[in-house]
Amino acid sequence: MDVVNPEQAKIAEDAGAVAVMALERVPSDIRRDGGVARMSDPQMIQEIQATVTIPVMAKARIGHFAEAQILQALDVDYIDESEVLTPADEDNHIDKWGFTVPFVCGATNLGEALRRIGEGACLIRSKGEAGTGNVVEAVRHLRTINAQMRRLVTADEAEIYRLAKDLQAPLPLVLEVAQTGALPVPMFCAGGISTPADASLVMQLGAQSVFVGSGIFKSEDPQRMARAIVEATTHYQDASVVAKVSTGLGAAMRGSEMATLDQRLAERGW
Amino acid sequence: MVALRVGVLALQGDVREHVAMLSAIGVDVVAVRTAEQLEDVTGLVIPGGESTTIARLLETSGIRPLLATRLGEGLPVLGTCAGLILLSRTILDGRADQWSFATIDVDVRRNGFGRQIASFETMIEVDGLGSVPGVFIRAPKIESWSESVSVLAMHDHGSGSTPVLVRQGNAWGCSFHPELTDNDQIHRLFVESL
Repeated sequence: MDVVNPEQAKIAEDAGAVAVMALERVPSDIRRDGGVARMSDPQMIQEIQATVTIPVMAKARIGHFAEAQILQALDVDYIDESEVLTPADEDNHIDKWGFTVPFVCGATNLGEALRRIGEGACLIRSKGEAGTGNVVEAVRHLRTINAQMRRLVTADEAEIYRLAKDLQAPLPLVLEVAQTGALPVPMFCAGGISTPADASLVMQLGAQSVFVGSGIFKSEDPQRMARAIVEATTHYQDASVVAKVSTGLGAAMRGSEMATLDQRLAERGW
Repeated sequence: MVALRVGVLALQGDVREHVAMLSAIGVDVVAVRTAEQLEDVTGLVIPGGESTTIARLLETSGIRPLLATRLGEGLPVLGTCAGLILLSRTILDGRADQWSFATIDVDVRRNGFGRQIASFETMIEVDGLGSVPGVFIRAPKIESWSESVSVLAMHDHGSGSTPVLVRQGNAWGCSFHPELTDNDQIHRLFVESL
């Protein structure tokens, strides 16, 4: 769960979050405010680290390896090389093999996911469209990744090379996915998740866990929303539990139609 | 012989890795998300994950009271990482309100081997088994234990040797993640004890 201060971090931990993402503004505010979005102030990250017992993640700009070095020096538990911040390098992502802290990176399709894994990412999240409260892009990205993995599984040996070329992904990783039918790292879902039903939807589409950014603290009752989304993520296969936690929850964050957006964050990164 | 039915507590954490390992050994595995699913298991694995999250979901799912009762009656259980924390008698560096089942008389320090960045892999010498690979991720450290606890493996990660695999009666606790390796010996040890 995205949190901007120790109080929110505590609410997230109380609700059962497995980790918090420490950042200065949630994506919907970054979207509203415009300007260049950068790594958070280390002081804020450290305050959150001192407040909760669960892992603390923080975001670095795409390609900004110096921000990542700072976050590693701060002992954050994971770095998110994130399209939510303004990219620092329009050609290259961070060489993540040069770090000991694990990285999570966003992807809109299988090729992008495998390129990030090739660069050393330990976790992949579908990008979705952060800060919109609209799950449509996350669904598109998950479905795309799943469909592309299924295609690899059914490909014969000669087709694999062509598919690797189309995906623009490293051949050894393409061969591995063709054999296992799954990414070699966990796949999470992010971007636009704002209700327990959204969490259940993306879990059923194959996500292993969910990132909730603006969806918690831009809702009417963040405490309840946080608890409800945690429960829906665990019991996603049991609609009666998801129904129970969805009942009388108050308003979810206000969402945006994709057509009304000035900027698509998911297009950042390559 | 009646097939063994082993549950894996499936509220959060690396459930699928435990399920895969137990299935490969040949036992009947059930993912436990409700109290009802806990009723007919002959043994239970509590996986690694976030102990605070699993503890909260044990309450909201209504599993906590039944599991406490069954553990009190001697239900065989293997807790790895967060699972060990939930089975311990005392949790150090936890949340102020963090509870545990107090099934194994050990005091554990959460993240006792350091944060994520301090995670490590090493070989562990287990009594009667020999060397097994140990994956330690934000692992809990057993800092003290009572005489009723059998220590099956110790490890010194630079600050003195401490137990990393323990057993008390039917309850097994492991600081590391045997389920994240190809070595199923610890799971076999547990299954053979059932």
